[in-house]
Amino acid sequence: MNLNRTSAIVIRHLYLVSGSPARLLPLFAWVAIDMVLWGFITKYLNAVSSAKFDFVPVFLGAVLLWDFFTRVMHGVTMAFMEDVWSRNFLNIFATPLSISEYVGGLVLSSIATSAVGLVVMIVLASTIFGLSFLAYGMALVPFLLVLFLFGIALGILGAATVLRFGPASEWFIWPIPALVSPFAGVFYPVATLPRWMQYICRVLPPSYVFENVRAIVAGAAVSPSGLGISVVLAIVYVVGACWIFVRVYRHSVRTGLIARYSAETVT
Amino acid sequence: MTNVLAVERLGKKYGEMVAVQNVSFHVARNEIVGLLGPNGAGKTTTINMILGVLEPTSGSILIEGVDVAQQRSKALEYTNFAAVYAPLPGNLSVYQNLRVFGLIYGVAGLQKRIDALLEQFELERFRDTKAGVLSSGEQTRLCLAKAMLNDPHLLLLDEPTASLDPATAHEIRAKIRRMASHGACGVLWTSHNMYEVEDVCDRVLFLSRGKIMLEGDPKTLPQAHGKETLEELFIAVARE
Repeated sequence: MNLNRTSAIVIRHLYLVSGSPARLLPLFAWVAIDMVLWGFITKYLNAVSSAKFDFVPVFLGAVLLWDFFTRVMHGVTMAFMEDVWSRNFLNIFATPLSISEYVGGLVLSSIATSAVGLVVMIVLASTIFGLSFLAYGMALVPFLLVLFLFGIALGILGAATVLRFGPASEWFIWPIPALVSPFAGVFYPVATLPRWMQYICRVLPPSYVFENVRAIVAGAAVSPSGLGISVVLAIVYVVGACWIFVRVYRHSVRTGLIARYSAETVT
Repeated sequence: MTNVLAVERLGKKYGEMVAVQNVSFHVARNEIVGLLGPNGAGKTTTINMILGVLEPTSGSILIEGVDVAQQRSKALEYTNFAAVYAPLPGNLSVYQNLRVFGLIYGVAGLQKRIDALLEQFELERFRDTKAGVLSSGEQTRLCLAKAMLNDPHLLLLDEPTASLDPATAHEIRAKIRRMASHGACGVLWTSHNMYEVEDVCDRVLFLSRGKIMLEGDPKTLPQAHGKETLEELFIAVARE
């Protein structure tokens, strides 16, 4: 793997983001709005609730972590979509750049852009609404790791979907986090869900993260086995997504889709 | 002269449809080879296979002796291309485009190389201009500058002067001829402009229905087949 070539993809994305307010603003604007909205909702719930239950670390913390996952996923797909929108596939894939270098560049671009959103969310949630990450303890590290890996996996899967089904299929991939969220138990315990939904929860790494977030807030211990399962699952998703992307890329090279991408000759 | 490109029994089928059939040819160092043929003859398909963006159904492609199918990245390090249908991203500036592709091609002394190419292709005043707002001729010059970034041993040009005015096209042809004669480069050039082909190419290949029909010196080939000009010969081959 040639780091120069990978860095070219990152630099390309940084050029695009830094030179365009339309790309720069969404990095932090939507997550900031989410923080403010959910910050006040949790404050209100704390005020009207008779129980001595703090909604801030449960709801606001959950929204922050979920937004982080969403930003990571969208970070990968956005970097990929830039090549779709600028019809750049032929220029990019007719170079010595390998698929691992290209995907590596997408992931690094996503780290850079999602880090901006994460910092903005942490600053807003802690300074305005008093959300303290110290409450999560060291478990915060695997929480972020699992959500990061799962975001990367779905981002790569989204890119593979667009590569396979053509530019118009981008509308399949933007709502993926919203589609996953009911099963991930972001705002409620998994036990709340009907049995069939709980089966799906078990194979989604974020569900273990949010179960543990609620356990910590309730004063219970973190489940090391749950976190372990979620890390392993997230790694499996990343490996699986990379495998699918490579398969789709090879199919595109075999059928000529890369060279005539905008033609949408998919059957 | 050694070969920078060796294509052997190359074929491409889409299901039952044959796009390229049993095509063999080579491009030697310091040689400009014209790949000619009517629309749909298989020229772009052949170029796409050489560039590694389309997998051949059969045959082999060696660039500087490196098999594209086996060592794609290494083979493509020796290659670059410019095509009228592959403009560079319009949302990056001229400089940004050259920097990004320079990094991908691993160009040593990239800054100096970019400055030299900006001067060579008269793009200095557009250095910080977004590629998307350049005129089509300026975009073509940018694509050609990108194609020269890594001093390619094999340069693939698909109708490189299609959107240039005659004066600029003349200059570009002269630049490419100089590059081919002085460096280590061989050029595969497609064009529908037969006067240009006759002027630039050392050898031409006529491709029709995915097969090479004729091959030879563009200056003597028409007479050898009882035609006055290369254009007449082109029309005759295309109608066969």
